[in-house]
Amino acid sequence: MGDVLAIVAKRLGLGLFTLLIISVLIFIAVELLPGDIAQAVLGQQATESTLAAKRAELGLNDPAPVRYFNWLKGAVVGDFGKSLVSSESVTDAITPRFKNTLFLALFAAVIAVPIAITLGVLVALFRNTLFDRVANVLTLTSISCPEFFLGYILILYLSVQTGWFPSIAKVSPDMSLFDRLHRTFLPALTLVLIVVAHMMRMTRAAIINLLASPYIEMARLKGTPAWKVIVKHALPNSWAPIINVVALNLAFLITGVVLVEVVFVYPGIGQLLVDSVSKRDFPIVQACCLIFAATFILLNLAADIGSILTNPRLRHPK
Amino acid sequence: MTDHLKREMKEALIRDAKSGGVSRRDFLTYSIAAGMSVSAASGLWTSDVSAATPQKGGKFRIGVHDANTSDTHDPGTYLSVGQIQLAHTHRSYLTEVTPENTVGADMATEWSASPDATIWTFKLAENATFHDGRKFTAKDAIASLNHHRGEDSTSAVKSLLAPIKDIKADGDHTIVIELDQGLADLPWFFTDYHLVMLPAKDDGKVDWESGIGAGPYKIVNHEPGIGTELVRHDGWHREGAYFDAIEFIALNDPNARQTALITGDVDSITSVDLKTMALLQRNKNLVVDNIPSGSGITLPMFCDQAPFDDVNVRLALKYSCDRDELVEKIMFGTATPGDDYHVSPGMPYAPTDIERRPYDPDKAKFHLKKAGLSSLDVNLSAADSVLPGAVDMCVLYSEQAKKAGINITPIREANDGYWADVWMKKPWTFVKWGARPTPDQMFSIAYKDDAPWNESHWQNERFNQLLLSAKAELDDTLRAEQYREMCMIARDDGGTVIPFFANFVYARNKGVARNDAVASSWENDGGRSTHRWWFA
Repeated sequence: MGDVLAIVAKRLGLGLFTLLIISVLIFIAVELLPGDIAQAVLGQQATESTLAAKRAELGLNDPAPVRYFNWLKGAVVGDFGKSLVSSESVTDAITPRFKNTLFLALFAAVIAVPIAITLGVLVALFRNTLFDRVANVLTLTSISCPEFFLGYILILYLSVQTGWFPSIAKVSPDMSLFDRLHRTFLPALTLVLIVVAHMMRMTRAAIINLLASPYIEMARLKGTPAWKVIVKHALPNSWAPIINVVALNLAFLITGVVLVEVVFVYPGIGQLLVDSVSKRDFPIVQACCLIFAATFILLNLAADIGSILTNPRLRHPK
Repeated sequence: MTDHLKREMKEALIRDAKSGGVSRRDFLTYSIAAGMSVSAASGLWTSDVSAATPQKGGKFRIGVHDANTSDTHDPGTYLSVGQIQLAHTHRSYLTEVTPENTVGADMATEWSASPDATIWTFKLAENATFHDGRKFTAKDAIASLNHHRGEDSTSAVKSLLAPIKDIKADGDHTIVIELDQGLADLPWFFTDYHLVMLPAKDDGKVDWESGIGAGPYKIVNHEPGIGTELVRHDGWHREGAYFDAIEFIALNDPNARQTALITGDVDSITSVDLKTMALLQRNKNLVVDNIPSGSGITLPMFCDQAPFDDVNVRLALKYSCDRDELVEKIMFGTATPGDDYHVSPGMPYAPTDIERRPYDPDKAKFHLKKAGLSSLDVNLSAADSVLPGAVDMCVLYSEQAKKAGINITPIREANDGYWADVWMKKPWTFVKWGARPTPDQMFSIAYKDDAPWNESHWQNERFNQLLLSAKAELDDTLRAEQYREMCMIARDDGGTVIPFFANFVYARNKGVARNDAVASSWENDGGRSTHRWWFA
């Protein structure tokens, strides 16, 4: 276990370093965008003098490196600054939206992961049968559709025509859990349809990969039923690739949902990021991107730890 | 027809009309068919149908487009449709654009000017209060206007208020405004969506951060880019505000917006996607409002640059534009054809007796010949970010002009940076203007010889003389004559082709009632649907 902790510590350290590099890259990228925030905030009708007044007010006249280090100084002590546009604190602006994003991701994951793994095991069990083919064709079709298209199809059938679910997933903090689940069901379902195929096929491939191993043959020869061979003998050894692909998809559920948010008008972090980029609102863009980067780093770390914990050889190295 | 039958028919008609099933035109036709005179039928419409007593109650949910996370309460930076709609709901103005598109009272109840229109006196409503119960006084009005003035102001309307020399209070409920030039339009200036009335702080600055206003509804919950919930402000000083509560929901995606209206998640939306408008109109539960606006599409050419320096070339290009076809095919009928003067039919002083220039390739050829040309090759720059379909419009215009021997090459410019790199830089461009309330404002911004945005580099001495003298003219008849002459000059000499004025197209559930007339200054009755409309 001590080794695992050492790995975690080392990876977290590297993760922080990665975040630092990313923050520099994002700063440069925002700087490179044409136009500036004063123009973006005041619009077409702004005259030179109002633009100058706005720039002075926002402290945009400092050289870029100075502005970056000012931001960094605050960030290391947990102060991510204020939005340049609304002068609201970045933490206040992001927190409720990030909670929404996490909620949706969790909702989708709770449905998608069990379905994907169960289906993966089942199609491995009944490989090359009609069931296998149908499951593959359906999930591959849904992953191949652009997510906004899937969203519109779901809205058409489950909202406009039947009225079962609302077409806009407007949530508020004082909603009951049931209301919230009902409101966010369509976006969650869209996400489920997008991520299931990937995880299911990885489960199937990982299990089938093992089926040719001598120890599986041994299990079969001693008369173990097919389902038991897979669940008890093959699955435990295929956790590592499955956990990796699950982690990857969880990260997607948090970082890649901008289109789903737009289609369902869900107040998540993706929409905030897009708006902030168009207004050149650097502190918010920076914070959103760092959250996304940290999500990837942490989930990858979790996946690696998961692989170690499910693999006795790695858990008890000689 | 027996009297009894007549009465029954009449009642049925009124019932249908009230529920929105019969338009005014149909109502009149049927009533006349039922034996009523035109004036009686028209009177019946006004008294019994359109003026149906508004009912109180309900929560009005508006799906609003262009509502962003970056929207703030600072009126100096108001820019988005979401901000404009909200501002007219939780805040108030000195004056308003009435449903008849005239200037009316809001926080100012009456006003008068000195004979040269340089000193204006505005009387303020004495019973108006802010949402926290404070009384609205002259001090608040002055602080609110000063927020947009002065050296360090970052307000977008700093230049609009530049003619104001001084604002003084005369007692608690009167302000006196001194100008450095005569401005007959000053009451119109105060309908500008930036110029909200805010509570003053002790230091003479305004409190815009709290979101407190003196408008018909007060904010309960506001999340920029997501939505705003409001409840009725009982201390509002005017008639109206029939809904108990208002909710704005940011619905920037056209599909999400229209679906929400269809499924009943909202009662009204501020913009309809033209390409799917026909589908929405088929839905019997919805009403699509198609309201002419003052938002002009202009194609300004540099009048100081060949070939546009010859008025005959300009006229040839004006004659070779088939405006009706452009409105029909590019705007799906949701626009009002223009006549190359930037005064829309809804504006005050809009001339009504000028015959619109027809599409006439032969006349265009004639003017081309007069300019000593047998053919003409010109480039027209456009970008779809200016107006969806802008490039298509230029292509269609170019086809129309071919019949007159004119080759217009439409150029698709990059969306990003169009205003910085193309507009006012290239000799002939595609531009969309937001509506200005009066001819004076429009002409002063974009047609005056020394205006920074004189986009066509047009110089016309008579036009500029008239502009100056009309500015301070308090006699409406005289003023209207002057504007008519200016329109004629712009039409026949100016360097701008104005193919059409884009309409506002918004939609509502049939259960939402409104009066016949709506203001055309902004979407949803000039942004005032929240206090003018009601649930039938």
